[in-house]
Amino acid sequence: MALIQCKNVSLAYDGTVVAEQIDFSVRRGEYLCIVGENGSGKSTLVKGLLGLMNPVSGTIEYGDGLTRQDIGYVPQQTNVQRDFPASVREVVLSGTIGRGGHTLFYTPEQKKTAARAMERLGIRDLEKCCFRELSGGQQQRVRLARALCAAGQLLLLDEPTTGLDPVVSGDFYGLIEELNRQNGITVIMVSHDMGPSLRSATHVLHIKHRPLFFGEREDYLASEAGRTFMGGYGHD
Amino acid sequence: MIENFLSMFTYPFMIRALVVGTLVSLCASLLGVSLVLKRYSMIGDGLSHVGFGALAVAAVCHAAPLAVAIPVVVLSAFFLLRLSENSKIKGDAAIAVISTSALAMGVLVLPLGDGVNTDIYNYMFGSIYAMSGEDVVLSIVLSLIVLVLFVLLYHRIFAVTFDEAFARAAGLRAGMYNMIIAALTAVTIVLGMRMMGAMLISALIIFPALTSMRLFKTFRQVVISSAAVAVVCFFLGITVSYLFDLPGGASVVLLNLAAMLVFSLMSMMRRGKRKE
Repeated sequence: MALIQCKNVSLAYDGTVVAEQIDFSVRRGEYLCIVGENGSGKSTLVKGLLGLMNPVSGTIEYGDGLTRQDIGYVPQQTNVQRDFPASVREVVLSGTIGRGGHTLFYTPEQKKTAARAMERLGIRDLEKCCFRELSGGQQQRVRLARALCAAGQLLLLDEPTTGLDPVVSGDFYGLIEELNRQNGITVIMVSHDMGPSLRSATHVLHIKHRPLFFGEREDYLASEAGRTFMGGYGHD
Repeated sequence: MIENFLSMFTYPFMIRALVVGTLVSLCASLLGVSLVLKRYSMIGDGLSHVGFGALAVAAVCHAAPLAVAIPVVVLSAFFLLRLSENSKIKGDAAIAVISTSALAMGVLVLPLGDGVNTDIYNYMFGSIYAMSGEDVVLSIVLSLIVLVLFVLLYHRIFAVTFDEAFARAAGLRAGMYNMIIAALTAVTIVLGMRMMGAMLISALIIFPALTSMRLFKTFRQVVISSAAVAVVCFFLGITVSYLFDLPGGASVVLLNLAAMLVFSLMSMMRRGKRKE
C-alpha cells in the first residue's frame, strides 16, 4: 500500500493545465526526488499533493494510514520571512498548530514536540535566537524542525536548497538522508538542483508538464531522460 | 502645569476620547504587526478613505455613522484583501483607485448636508469632540471584541503571518484568518477615524509595529512593545494637544514618529556597541 498514489493526475494553474498524466506512488521509507526545469509544473504538483489544489482530472490518494495533515511541508522561503521578527522557538512551535485541534494556546504536549524536533536537528541552543539573523543553513534547519512538528511520517520539501552555497546544501542533503535512513521518514523532494539532490534519492520523478520518467534512481541515471538532464553532472 | 494637566480629566469629552482612543490604539497596533509584516499596510490606508466616504454619506442622510460605516468598510476590506492576494502589483494600484474614489465621493457629498466645511475638516483630520455618548459604548464594546479575538487567535495569526503556505498545508484555514484580520482592521479604523481623522488613522496601525521592529526580535516582544508604544504615544499626544491647544490626531502621529526615531537610535547604538 502506497502512502501517496497519483493516478493520471492533471493540474491547472490559473485555468491553464500545467501538469498532466502524472502517475506515481510513494511507499513508506522511500526517498522520491521530483526533478524538472523551472516552470515544468513541479510547484503545482506540490500544491496538489498537499491537497491545496484539486486535480482537474485523475486522483491523488493517501493510504497506509497517511492523512493530509501528516505531511510535513517545507515551503520555499518567502520575502516576508527575510525581515520577520520571530524567535526560533516561535517558528518551530507554529509547526504543531495543526495538531492542537481546537485548542487556542499551545499545550505542554505541543511544546514537548517542538523541543524534540529542535533537539533532533541540533538547534536547541538557538531556541531564543532571532530567525532572520540565522545563516541560510540554520534557517533551513529551523523550517525542517517546524515540518517535523507538523508530521513525523512524510516530509515534502520544495526546492529546499535555493540560495544556499554548495557546502551548506551538501550538509542539508546529508541531514535529509539521515532522517530518511535512520528515522524511517519518507521524503519527497522537489528540486532543480540535479546532481547533489539525487545522491540519496531512491526514486526519481522527472516531469516536464508530463512525466518523462518515473522509477528507481539507478534506472533514471541510465535512462535517456536522466542522461540528458544530468548533463555535466555525470554519475557520482 | 500639573493643575492644567489634571483639569483634562474633568471634561467628559476628554475622558471619552482617552478611553476610546486608548482601546482603538491598542487594537490598531496589534493588528498592525500582522498587516505590516504581510505587506498589507496599504489596505489600512485604503480603508480609512473608504471610511471617510461612508461617514460622509451617513452624515448627509442623517443615519447613525458607525452603523453605516462599519459594514461598508468591512466589505471593502474583504474586497481589498482579495485584490492584494490575487495580483501583488496591480493590487497596490487598485487600492489607490478605490480609496481616492471613496475620498472624492465623500468630499462631493458632504456639502449637501448642513455643516459643510467644518465637517470635511473634522472627518479628514479628526476631532476629539467627535464621540457622542452612544458611540462611546459601541466603540468600547467593539474594540474589546477585537482585543479578545486577537489574544485568542494569537498563535494562529502568527502562523498565517509568518508562512501562509505552511499554515495552509498544516490544515489551518489561512483564508479565513486573513478575512478575520481584515474585518477586525476595518472595525478598528472606523472606530478610530473620527477622532484621528481619515488621513491620519493608518498611522496608528503602521507606526507602532514598525517602531517596535527596530528594537525587538521575537514576534511576542514586537506585539507587546507595539501595544505599549501605541498607548503611550496616544496618551502623550492627546495630553500635548490639550495643553497647547493643538489638533489631537496630528499630535499623536508626530509622537509616534518621535518614538520611531528614538527606537531607531537605540537600535543603532546597540549595533554599534556589538561591533566594538
